[in-house]
Amino acid sequence: MPDVVISAATQVLAHVPGLARHGSKPRRELPKNAEQAEKFAAALRTFEDAAAYPPHQAWIGNIHPRDLPARPYSANAGAPQRTGRFGEIMPEEEFFGLLAAVDDFELFALSPEAAKAAAAALAVHPLAKALNLERIEKAGGDIEAVAAEPNALRLTDGAVMRCAQADDESLSAHVLIDNLAAKATATLALLHLLERSGIDPTSVEYVIGCGEEAIGDRYQRGGGNMGKTVAEAAGLTDASGADVKNFCAAFVPALVVASSLVSAGVFKRVVVVSGGSLAKLGMKFQGHLAKELPIMEDVLGGTACLIEADDGTSPKVRLDVVGRHKVSAGGSAAEVMKALAVEPLSRHGIAMTEIDDYATELHNPEITEPQGSGNVPERNYRTIAALSAAKGDIARADIASFVTERGMPGYAPTQGHLASALCYLPHALDRLTTGDARKVMLLAKGSLFLGRMCQLSDGMSVLLERNERR
Amino acid sequence: MDLQTQEAILRASQTHDKADLLVLLGSPDPESAEIAAETVIVGDPSYAGALAGAQLGLLTYHVLEDEVHADVPDDVWEAQIGVMADVLEADALSATVAGFRNQA
Repeated sequence: MPDVVISAATQVLAHVPGLARHGSKPRRELPKNAEQAEKFAAALRTFEDAAAYPPHQAWIGNIHPRDLPARPYSANAGAPQRTGRFGEIMPEEEFFGLLAAVDDFELFALSPEAAKAAAAALAVHPLAKALNLERIEKAGGDIEAVAAEPNALRLTDGAVMRCAQADDESLSAHVLIDNLAAKATATLALLHLLERSGIDPTSVEYVIGCGEEAIGDRYQRGGGNMGKTVAEAAGLTDASGADVKNFCAAFVPALVVASSLVSAGVFKRVVVVSGGSLAKLGMKFQGHLAKELPIMEDVLGGTACLIEADDGTSPKVRLDVVGRHKVSAGGSAAEVMKALAVEPLSRHGIAMTEIDDYATELHNPEITEPQGSGNVPERNYRTIAALSAAKGDIARADIASFVTERGMPGYAPTQGHLASALCYLPHALDRLTTGDARKVMLLAKGSLFLGRMCQLSDGMSVLLERNERR
Repeated sequence: MDLQTQEAILRASQTHDKADLLVLLGSPDPESAEIAAETVIVGDPSYAGALAGAQLGLLTYHVLEDEVHADVPDDVWEAQIGVMADVLEADALSATVAGFRNQA
């Protein structure tokens, strides 16, 4: 079986304070309470604040999560930096231009002023040559008329989303803006990937989407294909694609499928992409407002990574060290982690202390704690450490040091799949090439029960390893 | 505590004798354990769910409390719960929930 490597990975954020109230939770709660809606609007962050926010700087690669300052992060933030080694943070005004540029059906409408501002901002973007900027101007017009169309959704003062078909809830304006935002963020990440890797775009043969959006119509809700959609938007003319769905856990199965396709010789180059989850914006806003914090779920993430045959330098995907959560495994946190962290390593006689970094659900605790969800990564790391102690790889007294040395603080926005191991991938590639790590384990978990079709959880893990030929 | 869980607990309290019910919490930190205990004992503090204003006074334990451990077979405890005793702050969780229980 030929070896497979991940040769590049990028990630981006779009700061979208104007869209935050269209997240599922604010959309349901704010109309019920005018005072709360006012507080919500007043608690939104400026672009400068969002760009300076240290977890976002960790996301785009300007700092490693272990080097995050003390909390509260915003009190210890440095200067805002829009770009990083992994990608960028895009302001909303410009992101609206990107939405228009990737909108194939003229659904997204802007006021003339917003269209002009978006076109001007995006025209000087280093990746603009890959985008259809004419569409932005075309999106500008009388948005009061568009807003008056049946079932149109007013997004902000300067932006409206059309409904594509009035009697099809899968094509409602809310669903379509979710999907278009996911497409735009994934496309931006993929454009950065092409730029940074320097590969010929026509050399990518397949693109796998692993985001959480549900593209489709009433006959096949969620049946859609973001992989190929994004391939087209980024100009990958020779690629096809499809999606791998698995709630928050989808990235690791997508990576394993992509790597298997390369290993089997089906395709030479495969890209895995995912876009942001608009529905999750402002998800925990009530906790933030109650504690007089800003609305921190105001960004959409996007990611892309490139998988190809061994190039002699990039980190390898150990397809023989894949952990999976079996149907019979049991759903407790410990059982899931046993399946993902203990079993695959034990099978190969690899001690749990041989793993330099574990990448698990890396939700930013500053976002989750005010709403009572606790510190998710710390809990995961303590579970892994406790299992390592139970297995005899470490003493129970060393649980805390295991967590510090092999874990890291959470820094991802609560965007499900993006927080679930995926956000660490570019850091992992750094650590396994220019850094001093030899083994990094990616572990992703998902909650299948949310869809009410089974009571199960799921998860998958895979080991990444330094390329010894390097 | 999410709205569906609150509804389920309210339903159970209406269809069973309250003295026959026991609420077992699995909350991961003392803050959320406190909110959950408060919700099922004196009512939902956020006034958003079915238990708003419902003073059910249900007997409530956290799964990591010693009294629960004593009632669970050792093999089940080890397989399903034991690791979490090393992961979560069991003492703080127990103290929080016991505090609310004794106050009720």
